[in-house]
Amino acid sequence: MTEALNELGAYLEAKRTDCVLAWDVTHDELNVDVTPSNIVGFVEFLKADSTCKFSSLVDITAVDYPGRAKRFDVVYHFLSMYQNQRIRLRVSIREDQMVPSVTDVHPSANWFEREVFDMFGILFSGHPDLRRILTDYGFRGYPLRKDFPTTGYTEVRYDDMEKRVVYEPVSLVQEYRQFDFMSPWEGAEYILPGDEKEQEGA
Amino acid sequence: MMDGSKFDDALTGEQKIRNFNINFGPQHPAAHGVLRLVLELDGEVVERCDPHIGLLHRGTEKLMESRTYLQNLPYFDRLDYVAPMNQEHAWCLAIEKLTGVEVPRRASLIRVLYSEIGRILSHLLNVTTQAMDVGALTPPLWGFEEREKLMVFYERACGARLHAAYFRPGGVHLDLPDDLIDDIEQWCHEFPALLDDIDGLLTENRIFKQRNADIGVVTEDDIQLYGFSGVMVRGSGLAWDLRRSQPYECYDEFEFQIPVGKNGDCYDRYLVRMEEMRQSVSIMKQCVGKLREATGDVLARGKITPPSRTDMKTSMESLIHHFKLYTEGFHVPAGEVYCAVEAPKGEFGVYLVADGSNKPYRAKLRAPGYLHLQAMDYVSKGHQLADVAAIIGTMDVVFGEIDR
Repeated sequence: MTEALNELGAYLEAKRTDCVLAWDVTHDELNVDVTPSNIVGFVEFLKADSTCKFSSLVDITAVDYPGRAKRFDVVYHFLSMYQNQRIRLRVSIREDQMVPSVTDVHPSANWFEREVFDMFGILFSGHPDLRRILTDYGFRGYPLRKDFPTTGYTEVRYDDMEKRVVYEPVSLVQEYRQFDFMSPWEGAEYILPGDEKEQEGA
Repeated sequence: MMDGSKFDDALTGEQKIRNFNINFGPQHPAAHGVLRLVLELDGEVVERCDPHIGLLHRGTEKLMESRTYLQNLPYFDRLDYVAPMNQEHAWCLAIEKLTGVEVPRRASLIRVLYSEIGRILSHLLNVTTQAMDVGALTPPLWGFEEREKLMVFYERACGARLHAAYFRPGGVHLDLPDDLIDDIEQWCHEFPALLDDIDGLLTENRIFKQRNADIGVVTEDDIQLYGFSGVMVRGSGLAWDLRRSQPYECYDEFEFQIPVGKNGDCYDRYLVRMEEMRQSVSIMKQCVGKLREATGDVLARGKITPPSRTDMKTSMESLIHHFKLYTEGFHVPAGEVYCAVEAPKGEFGVYLVADGSNKPYRAKLRAPGYLHLQAMDYVSKGHQLADVAAIIGTMDVVFGEIDR
């Protein structure tokens, strides 16, 4: 399996030097890094080329790395039912960058791109109908970004006086429980009570 | 204005006819959950269909980022709650792929056995409720009786009828008692008779055929364009089944046929589901035979699995390991994998990005129903309003997995 994927990776790099930034095969899966501007052309090539035939779009998603200059990775998964192979494409983009939509090549990308927009706020240029999909009507913020709190900002309840559902800022009776499992010997820098006196004394 | 007193917007002769928008759902018995469809109708013909989803959105993927790998496992039961263990399977496979853990043979067989039970659970519900959507009442009553028996098997294995949390990274939680295996075998011999009964009710039923044949036809091109999987593919004549084409677990040692349809309509998909249930029963029978020979542990004892009870009670290291495992959880080496299983509804996949800590950095759940429902607009266009119910039924949508 790995051999065939290595062959395929080399083939793609040779055929589309302008698109492929890097490729590797890890865990028996082929990863290809693609430039944002070339993604549509590359996906089209993958679909049409007879050695690839990645005609089935499996998934589009994104991963947020707040620490990086290119904050988001948009990840595409494709499947070839004819060659029985899978491929993963990664596109790194900055927060203010748009990604060209692949809906013209794969109509199934429509909802996936809407979901990525909904969850990460990544815009897809050329998408026919970029609305929110999973969150509430009128929802604000992008939930799957790392800087979005798990509790969210608003909560809803039915108000018996007003006879309707009202939105209110989240009020937590107890702080959201996030345990830090890092060992004190490796990682996390704890400031214990009394540590600040060291600074004063010096 | 709307009382009909004013008619000045009428065109000469005939009234100007305008398309009619209706809301289908979210509270409609044929919507299979909380689906809201905004339908644009020209008379009784569907012109446009805009599914509004997300009414059951629980933010599973966000929640998973703040919980350990083991704590995340029960979330998978709540995705496709009709066949819970099949989802857990994908999660376990993803973790096992990253950590490089080999599952013991007995655990592997138990997983196959319960995956097939899940498949029958799902197909039974789908076939019978789809029949109810098109007018039959008896099939769901019969089907649910069998589902009840299967859920008792779930309960006897793990203590829960629905939210099992039975498959664990590295194997399955507990071993099956021998009498349970005997009872499952007994059931495998009785069940085909019920399938024949349902068969007799539906397959040659005139009304059922009229409501399903030539409805929602899907071609090979559509499959590729809309990313279909599972029965939606096999109903159209493509013998694509991940259990066969990209075998996981120990499916490669089982003998089973992959039924395919010819016309790709709702009726063929019904036939495929019926035959798949028979194939699942055959796999279960083979499984039972193999389970009797394969004795041994059901968990790959190591870092990611708990020690045995006796070890825990007698050895200090094991006790510490047990405590650390259920509080801190295990660490998964950094990397990214995509693992897919042939869930009853199609390809269910998990894209897992690990950063070396005890929590997933990002987990994306790829639900087959999401893509199927997306194609609703395309498939239902030009059909009658009444056919929409049949198409939703045949697509096998469950909102636990679509809305996540």
